[in-house]
Amino acid sequence: MSSKVIIIDDEPLARSIVIEYIQNFPDLVVSQVCSNGYEGVKAIQQYKPDLIILDIQMPKINGFEMLELIENPPAVIFATAFDEYAIKAFEAHAIDYLLKPFNQDRFEKAIKKWREQKNSSAVEKQTKQLLDDVALTAPQNQRIVIKDGSKIKIIPIQDVFYLEAADDFVKVFTKEGYFLKNKTMSHFEQVLDPSQFVRSHRSYIVNLQQITRIDPYEKDNHVAILRSGAKVPVSRTGYPKLKSILGL
Amino acid sequence: MATSPLSVKRFRIIFGFSWLIIIIDHIFLLRWFGLSWQTAIIDSAINDVLLILACMLVIMMLHYYLPQKEKYFHLFTWCILITVIVILVTKVILKNIFANDDEYIIFFNRSIWIRSSFDFLLLGCIILISVIWYNWQEQNEQEVRKQDAEKLSKEAELFKLRQQLQPHFLFNSLNSINALIGSRPEEARKMVQQLSDFLRGTIKKEEHQWVTLKEELQYLQLYLDIEKVRFGHRLSTVIGYDAALDELKLPALLLQPVMENAIKFGLYDTVDEIEISLKALKEENNLVITVTNPFDPETSTPRQGTGFGLQSVQRRLYLLFARNDLVSTEAKENIFTTTIKIPQA
Repeated sequence: MSSKVIIIDDEPLARSIVIEYIQNFPDLVVSQVCSNGYEGVKAIQQYKPDLIILDIQMPKINGFEMLELIENPPAVIFATAFDEYAIKAFEAHAIDYLLKPFNQDRFEKAIKKWREQKNSSAVEKQTKQLLDDVALTAPQNQRIVIKDGSKIKIIPIQDVFYLEAADDFVKVFTKEGYFLKNKTMSHFEQVLDPSQFVRSHRSYIVNLQQITRIDPYEKDNHVAILRSGAKVPVSRTGYPKLKSILGL
Repeated sequence: MATSPLSVKRFRIIFGFSWLIIIIDHIFLLRWFGLSWQTAIIDSAINDVLLILACMLVIMMLHYYLPQKEKYFHLFTWCILITVIVILVTKVILKNIFANDDEYIIFFNRSIWIRSSFDFLLLGCIILISVIWYNWQEQNEQEVRKQDAEKLSKEAELFKLRQQLQPHFLFNSLNSINALIGSRPEEARKMVQQLSDFLRGTIKKEEHQWVTLKEELQYLQLYLDIEKVRFGHRLSTVIGYDAALDELKLPALLLQPVMENAIKFGLYDTVDEIEISLKALKEENNLVITVTNPFDPETSTPRQGTGFGLQSVQRRLYLLFARNDLVSTEAKENIFTTTIKIPQA
């Protein structure tokens, strides 16, 4: 049985060399080649590939951000020319990666490794941890990338009003309404700059720049009023945190 | 600035303790010569307090003025002068207090040489200690400064090397060549040549060297040709300038980082095909270079655009002309413009 492969790289020659190498594997079929993450997301949804060969530095959204947008991402072989942070993260999570330029032998090794690990849940977990890890580094900690239907939205973090927990998702509120991101509150608490974003409540993280005032609300509780008029609950433990950072 | 030994607690303790011993010794010595307790205590108190003040004065003076090695004889003069002053003042005060005690006055006059020698030796010791102390401190400071300077220059050198190598550009270019070798070997050869010429240019040219606009643009063309092979049809460039400007001068390798910044910014901020333009003209006595690239105003703040490449350009121009207004940027609609002015001699 043959396996479907998608190649995602913004440089045409980098794509063509991978296609050339793949021709030596009769059971691998290239379903599509993509030149950026947007095309990549679409193609992955459409073809449900078994493997993607993914470049890191790409226009608009990088390889990691693209993977974040995909539910149940396929197996990935990362390829990069030079990206200190990414390489550090690969090594830290024992994830195989190709350093450009790579030769046929090295490529075959990566394919062999992928075949051995196919259907292993450990790899999936490693990749997830890798994505959590790189989300902490620039430029990814400066923006939130979200899939909104068929569109992809890049939200600079200073445009975020507040975040609200919603089951397995987090609602990201901006001036255009809210967008759903499949991450946890504690993930955002880690990624966002603590001097700008504070977890005011178990289910809320608020952008301090947006707060106009904090009013009492029922007994023991408070509510933060934002510039947009939105009201964000502040819990008993959240109130002192907000107060100390705002210097009240 | 060095710290005075008087501000060091351990020194103060030793200093105070030594003086206590000297004063007690002084009193007992006078008793041994047959003076009354009262006279001995007053004599030693006046003499020694003045001497302590003189010592502190010397320490303070050396704090602010440490003579050069060849002027150490100044210290000898100071020592004699201060001794004379201390003895004279002691003499005036004690003779006033004991004006009616003839026996004491005779004793004082007879002891004046011993007192002077003792005061001189003691002041000499203090001067010696101070000089050693301050020299040691200065040496320490120099050592720290030297280490700091070495660290800075090393960092700068490393940074320069890394900039020259541009690993991301280099490895991606090699990757493109690798792909071309199989399919279009002639083009691979051409690109190897371009990459070699480009790298040779980076190594050959010194930062402080000045080149003509013509040379700089030729060098820039190598870089652009390589980038065009890498990014294919997505990247196009327009270079517009009048041949009359050929001989205008600018610092070597100044434009490549500006162009690199524009390409990166343009290529990675949109998924479309992009056009980068460079225009050169002469305004008053400046060579003015304008570089434009498209960007997406919705997702990127212009601040991100004035990346590291532009900072180093600004720094270089500042070091050359001591002016901070030679690099400017502007974001208008979806076009980001970088303007560089190079004053002509």
